[in-house]
Amino acid sequence: MNFPLLTVTAAVPAVGAILTAAVPAARRTAAKWLALFFSLATLALAVLIAIRFEPGGDRYQLTESRPWIADFGVRYELGVDGIGVVLIGLTALLIPFVIAAGWHDADPLETSSKRWRPTQGFFALILMVEAMVIISFEATDVFLFYIFFEAMLIPMYFLIGGFGDRAHSGSDENAAAQRSYAAVKFLLYNLVGGLIMLAAVIGLYVVAGNFSLQEITAARAAGTLDMATNTERLLFLGFFFAFAVKAPLWPLHTWLPNAMGESTAPVAVLITAVVDKVGTFAMLRFCLGLFPEASKWATPVILVLALISIVYGALVAVGQRDIKRLVAYASISHFGFIILGIFAMTSQGQSGATLYMVNHGLSTAALMLVAGFLISRRGSRLIADYGGVQKVAPVLAGTFLIGGLATLSLPGLAPFVSEFLVLVGTFARYPVIGIIATIGIVLAALYTLVLYQRTMTGPVKEEVRTMPDLRLREVFVVAPLIALLIGLGVYPKVLTDIVNPAVEHTMSDVKQTDPKPEVAVEAKNGEEAK
Amino acid sequence: MSTLTSAHSLWTLAADTPADRIPAPTIEYAQLAPTLIVVGAAVVGILVEAFVPRRSRYYVQVFLAFAALASAFAAVVGLAAGGYGSTKAHIAAMGAIAVDGPALFLQGTILLASVVAVFTFAERRLDPAAHGNRVDSFAAQAASVPGSDSEKAAVKAGFTTTEVFPLALFAIAGMLIFPAANDLLTLFVALEVFSLPLYLLCAVARRQRLMSQEAAVKYFLLGAFSSAFLLFGIALLYGYAGSVSYAVIADVVDGTITKIDPALAGTMGNDVLLLMGGALILTGLLFKVGAVPFHMWTPDVYQGAPTPVTGFMAAATKVAAFGALLRLLYVVLPGLRWDWRPVMWAVAIVTMLAGAVIAVTQTDVKRLLAYSSVAHAGFILAGVIATSAEGVQSVLFYLAAYSFVTIGAFAVVTLVRDAGGEATHLSKWAGLGRRSPLTAAVFAVFLLAFAGIPLTSGFTGKFAVFSAAAEGGAGALVVIGVLSSAIAAFFYIRVIVLMFFSEPKADGPTVAVPSPLTMTTIAVGVAVTLVLGLAPQYFLELAGQASTFVR
Repeated sequence: MNFPLLTVTAAVPAVGAILTAAVPAARRTAAKWLALFFSLATLALAVLIAIRFEPGGDRYQLTESRPWIADFGVRYELGVDGIGVVLIGLTALLIPFVIAAGWHDADPLETSSKRWRPTQGFFALILMVEAMVIISFEATDVFLFYIFFEAMLIPMYFLIGGFGDRAHSGSDENAAAQRSYAAVKFLLYNLVGGLIMLAAVIGLYVVAGNFSLQEITAARAAGTLDMATNTERLLFLGFFFAFAVKAPLWPLHTWLPNAMGESTAPVAVLITAVVDKVGTFAMLRFCLGLFPEASKWATPVILVLALISIVYGALVAVGQRDIKRLVAYASISHFGFIILGIFAMTSQGQSGATLYMVNHGLSTAALMLVAGFLISRRGSRLIADYGGVQKVAPVLAGTFLIGGLATLSLPGLAPFVSEFLVLVGTFARYPVIGIIATIGIVLAALYTLVLYQRTMTGPVKEEVRTMPDLRLREVFVVAPLIALLIGLGVYPKVLTDIVNPAVEHTMSDVKQTDPKPEVAVEAKNGEEAK
Repeated sequence: MSTLTSAHSLWTLAADTPADRIPAPTIEYAQLAPTLIVVGAAVVGILVEAFVPRRSRYYVQVFLAFAALASAFAAVVGLAAGGYGSTKAHIAAMGAIAVDGPALFLQGTILLASVVAVFTFAERRLDPAAHGNRVDSFAAQAASVPGSDSEKAAVKAGFTTTEVFPLALFAIAGMLIFPAANDLLTLFVALEVFSLPLYLLCAVARRQRLMSQEAAVKYFLLGAFSSAFLLFGIALLYGYAGSVSYAVIADVVDGTITKIDPALAGTMGNDVLLLMGGALILTGLLFKVGAVPFHMWTPDVYQGAPTPVTGFMAAATKVAAFGALLRLLYVVLPGLRWDWRPVMWAVAIVTMLAGAVIAVTQTDVKRLLAYSSVAHAGFILAGVIATSAEGVQSVLFYLAAYSFVTIGAFAVVTLVRDAGGEATHLSKWAGLGRRSPLTAAVFAVFLLAFAGIPLTSGFTGKFAVFSAAAEGGAGALVVIGVLSSAIAAFFYIRVIVLMFFSEPKADGPTVAVPSPLTMTTIAVGVAVTLVLGLAPQYFLELAGQASTFVR
């Protein structure tokens, strides 16, 4: 038996969570360092996975398989393909930044009781989420995936409801009520999605008799496992519903602005940059892999919904007065792009979607964390409360600008590559949809630049005048993210090389080949190849 | 005229039979050991009440109850290890008791659940000492009128109702027979043996005695009704089959036996009797299970009864009653499957939905848990309907998982107290997570298990029953079950919100520090919940091996 690298990668943050939670109440700082240490150890393991992974090799690598619940036909089966490797990397990379950015977010108030240990809880929950997200990216057993997909709601729920943004308007009680509303909304949306998926998981079990992704996919491909058309469609819808809530896709998105608005900036990053990726990842791995025919059947509707997400999210973002809600709606728009790329059923589209998941994670993290720093200085989330920040805090304003530019997919920054690939991939098969989707880019420029203009430029507001610039800790959080955004923007090949073979497999699952490039598209394909 | 002669001949026949030709019953005492041990201990417990000095009664009773339950459990394990659950499964005691897999599994579950429940009965550190005497959850003297001088005198004298231990043992003995009963009369006797002590146990709360007595009266009246239904159903089935034995009735239903008993010539084989009798017996059992529309007693009784009793009742009664229901449907009435399945479908759907929806509006923890138990009865019914070995397996597993969560949850309820005793109103639980993080976290684990969140036993159980139901062709039932789980999740989550995200109130309740007894109960509850959630394979296998009924 080889060294169970995948298990260990998921187990390290879980162990870290338990240890962090056990730190005595008085040793708050120790808990923080412990959490940071475990998140960095996880990152090291994630890098090891990326090194050991051979892009040209088997579809699923580093596999582990042990019996677990034989009576349900459930095995503890792990394995990563290129998409999984990249997303594990993203998760492991972002968590140390989330922890460092939230360093003081969960310090107890002086009035709290001595036994109440919010700091330990906060960092333990973050690590617990990380462990569950990583194992969801690794699971090749549908049941195993489902368990962690669903279980991660609980730590997320406590993170949203228990540790709100201290910057709020109105009384403490009002803020607490809004926070708990956001947490409950998050949980109920996702729980309903998950329970509907549970019905589909049970249905899959009845049809297939086991939960192994590889076995079912192989049996489907070989034609030994027949599903009635209607059964397959219903099962697909059950799975897709859960992932669409998680992703989130219009019209199931309304929990996201509440959850991101009310939680602290690092938790907001955790939601949108890490946890939500499980939804889009699962669409690629499970929806397309298990139900190829039904995926094709549902594609038109899903593409339209994705398109609505793109345009609607961007339009609503333009109208936001709250910085964090603006980023939330921008994310909804971006998730529309990701889903568009997945269901365009072209290899550029799906490669682009995978890259988009990574790049969106990085750019949102950068923008949101800087926004969090900004908000914590002024104590307000309203755009109107800021103005002229770049004169008092130039570094903060500069990093904020780069995060914003990444969000609007400026060429040279990483998101541009993925957005371009998604659009090209969509255009090759669905030109009209591809064209409409570009509206999202235009609107993205509008909402980010207007946001920058209103908060950072113009006359310096009275309350902003004494605002300190980024501290060392904050620079340490933002600088690597920006470096990555630039690096991956210039040289995306590191990622595409890992992702492309996995995408080929997915394309063969759904028995799709890229449409023959026409002359007009060829130039763009050439762009991708380089 | 002809009836007259037949009656005469019957009479003369009976008169001609000499007494010594009636065969002496053969009883396999060893195989009935679990029940016999518990009954014996209960009888000894009553003698203890009569002869042991008041001051040491408590200790003797607790020890006796624990020893009896532990050795009865050892006997169950011994029987199971001896193969009585699988290869040697047979019908003992002249056809009255089945010794087989489901019976042994359920008896084991009932005994283990009872052990931890009895621990909460014995808890004496929660209530402040009255006149220097440590007191438990039970009235000083159940017979004294609430608020009367005699009550005050009893409290002052430091009386305690140690009778609860033998009463509980009698109830447990009845519950052990109930799922193993193999003829209708034994079923009825077992029902009464476990119900009557429960009515009494409900009435002896130390605090809020009027409410407790009211609950007991309600439970008794409705319980008596349901017993009457059951008995009437038994009479009709006897008329139909000419026997109370499960095997004979099943054969008559299948048409294997066509010989007509001359005394019952007018009724035997009459399907109207079969359907009515079956329906009435089902009514009686569904009442005990707490399925809609026979659930009306649950909230009041759960709320009024002393909380340790509520936990015991909610767990053990449900196990026993579902066991009896399974045996009735799988052994006696499988031939009638196409008639009872639609009815049970409807009952399961209504039970799941009504339990979940009504629970949303509850403001009292105990009532909330009562309605949640109704919803769970619906989920278990979904597994019952599967009519397959997987169905039995899933129900057995669910019952085992559910009992420990329930007893644990009610044990936590006993800890949260204010000046008036237990603070069961939900508003008082606000901010509990801030003040006593551990207690709140433990309760949250139980709530998440009730809600069926993965990594808890509740999820494994729910998956088991729903997948069995889906395989049995009840896909629609699964979808409705899943939707009602979502509704149910809402109110469990609401309690968690209240505990963790609300500010604690200034005059909020305190969390009493319990003795190791209640701590053990809660710890066992948490451990079982997590083990059955993370590594359920062994227990699923056990339930799978135990899923064949003997006929």
